[in-house]
Amino acid sequence: MFFVFASMAIGGALGVVLAPSPVASLLFMVVSLGSTAGIYVLLEAHFLAAIQIIVYAGAIMVLFLFVIMLLNLGHDYKKDIRGGLAVLLGFIVTGSIGGLLAKQLMVGNDALIEFSGSSINVDAEIAEKGIIGVIAEPLFNEYLVAFEFTGVLLFVAIVGALVLAKKVD
Amino acid sequence: MVTEALFLSVMIFIIGTLGVIIRRNAIIMFLCVELQLNAVNLAFVALSRHAGIEGQLFVFFVMTVAAAEAAVGLAIIISIFRHYETVITDNISFLRW
Amino acid sequence: MVRSIMDSLPNWEPFYPGLVIMAPFLGFMFNGMLSLYINRPGIKTTSQDISRSKKISSVIGPGSILVSFVVVAINGLRMFVVEHPSALVKSYWTWIETSNFVVEAAIQVDSLSLVMMTVITGVGFLIHIFSMSYMENEKGYARYFAYLNLFVFFMLVLVMGSSYPIMFVGWEGVGLCSYLLIGYWFEDEEKASAGKKAFIVNRIGDLGFLLGIFLLYGALGAVDYQTLAASASKTFVYGGGWVTLITLFFLLAGVGKSAQIPLFVWLPDAMAGPTPVSALIHAATMVTAGIYLIVRSSILYSLAPLSSAIVAGIGVCTAFFAATIACKQYDIKKVLAYSTISQLGYMFLGVGVGAYTAGVFHLVTHAFFKALLFLGAGAVIHSMHHALHKVHSGDDPQDMRNMGGLRKFMPITCVLMWVATLAISGVWPFSGFFSKDEIIWMTGSLAMAESSPFPLLYKLYWSMALLTALLTAFYMTRFMVMTFHGKNRTTEGTQPEIIEAPKLMLLPLMVLGFLSLFGGWINVTPDLMKSAVGGFGFLPMTDWLHHWLEPVISESVAIQLDNVGELGHQSPAGGGEVSWALISTTAAICIVTTTIYRMSKNEVRSVGSKSKDGKISQLLYNKWYIDELYDQWIVRPLWRISHFCWKKFDQGLIDRAVNFSGRIAKGIGWFGSLFHTGQVNTYAFFLTLGLLAALIMVMS
Repeated sequence: MFFVFASMAIGGALGVVLAPSPVASLLFMVVSLGSTAGIYVLLEAHFLAAIQIIVYAGAIMVLFLFVIMLLNLGHDYKKDIRGGLAVLLGFIVTGSIGGLLAKQLMVGNDALIEFSGSSINVDAEIAEKGIIGVIAEPLFNEYLVAFEFTGVLLFVAIVGALVLAKKVD
Repeated sequence: MVTEALFLSVMIFIIGTLGVIIRRNAIIMFLCVELQLNAVNLAFVALSRHAGIEGQLFVFFVMTVAAAEAAVGLAIIISIFRHYETVITDNISFLRW
Repeated sequence: MVRSIMDSLPNWEPFYPGLVIMAPFLGFMFNGMLSLYINRPGIKTTSQDISRSKKISSVIGPGSILVSFVVVAINGLRMFVVEHPSALVKSYWTWIETSNFVVEAAIQVDSLSLVMMTVITGVGFLIHIFSMSYMENEKGYARYFAYLNLFVFFMLVLVMGSSYPIMFVGWEGVGLCSYLLIGYWFEDEEKASAGKKAFIVNRIGDLGFLLGIFLLYGALGAVDYQTLAASASKTFVYGGGWVTLITLFFLLAGVGKSAQIPLFVWLPDAMAGPTPVSALIHAATMVTAGIYLIVRSSILYSLAPLSSAIVAGIGVCTAFFAATIACKQYDIKKVLAYSTISQLGYMFLGVGVGAYTAGVFHLVTHAFFKALLFLGAGAVIHSMHHALHKVHSGDDPQDMRNMGGLRKFMPITCVLMWVATLAISGVWPFSGFFSKDEIIWMTGSLAMAESSPFPLLYKLYWSMALLTALLTAFYMTRFMVMTFHGKNRTTEGTQPEIIEAPKLMLLPLMVLGFLSLFGGWINVTPDLMKSAVGGFGFLPMTDWLHHWLEPVISESVAIQLDNVGELGHQSPAGGGEVSWALISTTAAICIVTTTIYRMSKNEVRSVGSKSKDGKISQLLYNKWYIDELYDQWIVRPLWRISHFCWKKFDQGLIDRAVNFSGRIAKGIGWFGSLFHTGQVNTYAFFLTLGLLAALIMVMS
């Protein structure tokens, strides 16, 4: 099950990068986000999966779509992707980063052993407080200030977006 | 499960980085940045299984901030578009000065 | 140790010795600022302004020197009444202070420096008075007095300093003032070049001075006179390498400053300056700085017999050489210039044979009669110039072939200059007789001493000195006869215009005439005093100077006597002191009269005459072609080396290297500018590159 979702996620990501049309890229992104939500479910983070679909794939991507349609993009495909040297260099650099990071995750690496033998067990907490409760309780008790600040942040973002996108008379 | 999820996270992250370097369209570049954020969220959730519920909580916040950032970023792109009539970053080189 | 010496009090009361130095310096500042003020750009000076400024300069210039002279005289009188006056060392501040080398900015007033100070301020004051009249029509009147005051200031620093570095400050300063004053009429290219030549040749001597100071410090650890006097005989070995080297370097310094062979070439060219300048600097004071240096270091010279012999050798050769050249010169000032070089050679001979008192004595008498000669020549030139200007003639006012018979027009000047000529020729009872005679006698005595270091050499010096004395009498008489006697050869119409010198010029001449006549009576040895030379004891002569200088040179003389034994009482050709005195003065009188007689028989050649000179005459007239030799063998090769260095090294190597590094910087900048595309993609790429680098660093 996991590998299905994983391949869909990677496929969607590749589609985002390689698709010529902006709308196609966007749709591939939605696919990728959806499969990621599925992986969240497999990892017992049900609440986040729901949030991912509703907020990320539902609202943010729709926003992107609106802007693409507003700017009337998607007509000139040729110029969107760089060719040649940039691709080569990009491959080399990002490939190296990926390789380095992946090497850390290989079997026989010390960092990973730590994780498998960890004593914190999320499952027990979920059983105790319920799926929503396990997130809500720390959120409103210990991290209340951060929560409030995100509210302020969203407000600021709205005002900023309004001001920036206003038509100048 | 956790290690595979982390592998996946790395893969999506480097694909997103490649996208930022390769694509010329500003909106698609931004979309690739969102991909990177998504990959990082995945890593957090994967690790929260063993490291505590704070991981998922952080993902919650990341999503919120990503939303705000998307709104403001797209507003910026719109105002650039008004000035330059294009979102192709080749010609938008006023970072040079 | 230096400071403890400073604290010792003299046994006589000093009277503001610092004022002696400061008065001329303040005069310089005042006159200098006045000169700058008068000539400030953008103003129109009325003739009333100019005459008023000249009046002010005339008061301040000579006035400051008069103040110095009075203070010197007071100090001198106070020292005079004390039996054995000790040296006063007064320190004003500490100039150089390091852990093992301390130099105080201090003055030392002792018998030697007092003699020099008197000559400088006294003769200097007379020359200032003379200049008031000589330079009265000059535009740069204030500038002239400013430089002249500055010169007196530096010369006083030279003789009053308490250590060699202070003397060096004065040494360099008088070199500078010499340059400024020789090139006084700097608009004339030739005159300006003469100033440059003087300064550059002097510099070679300065090198010697510095090296001598360094070596002295290396040997003694200090460079002031008190320490030298206290520890020289204990530190240095008689005839040792150190002391010979130091004295040879100081000799180089003296050769440069006092115009001896081979560095005398600047002095004849220095006649391009105003005549009072020649009188002050190149007759009475600056050129005597070399002698002063050697007498100050008399202890070192008495410990180095080889160097002393070389000093005497250079002196006597220069004396002879310059005298030969002077026999065939036609320019008034050039004859006097070579005469100065010759007499300086005598002084060097004197201090080289250990007769330090004789050397200083000749310095003093030479100051009197040479200054008189130069000032008299100045009066003649002034008169001739005025006369020739009136008839719009282009003749050279300084060429003796254009003169003759001036006795009728300038009688007082003529008489006074005869006084000086007889003094320099060594005729009794004038001053030069006593001083020159003592030098020649001391040379002979050293040749005949018990264990004289180089007897044959000194005998040679003695004979050369005698020959030069005869030559001196000859060329000076020729000089006088050509100028003042015989047929008048000046241009038509000038006769009524040639007038006697004005009173302001005559006054200093008369004072100097008196001193030239009687100034030699201050240092007559007791033997001579009792004989016919001394008027059998009836004339008011003393051997005062010898006793006066004793505190300074007694140890040096003692060291010499220790090592060469008793000096001879007979000259190398037999005969005692008195006999030789009489012989030399008789010989001088003979030469004078013979020359007058022979010259009255022959016509003096006029300027443009076509008759050929003999080979020797030509050689002498062209000063043995020495300037041309120097030019070909020294100046030109140096110029070629400099030119090569300039083209190949400076332009070729260094300029190219510097420009190359500039181009590298430009290239790096260009390369860096390639990264600034302004596009977000590029910057994102570099972000990830940085991330990769950070990861590599973290993980490895």
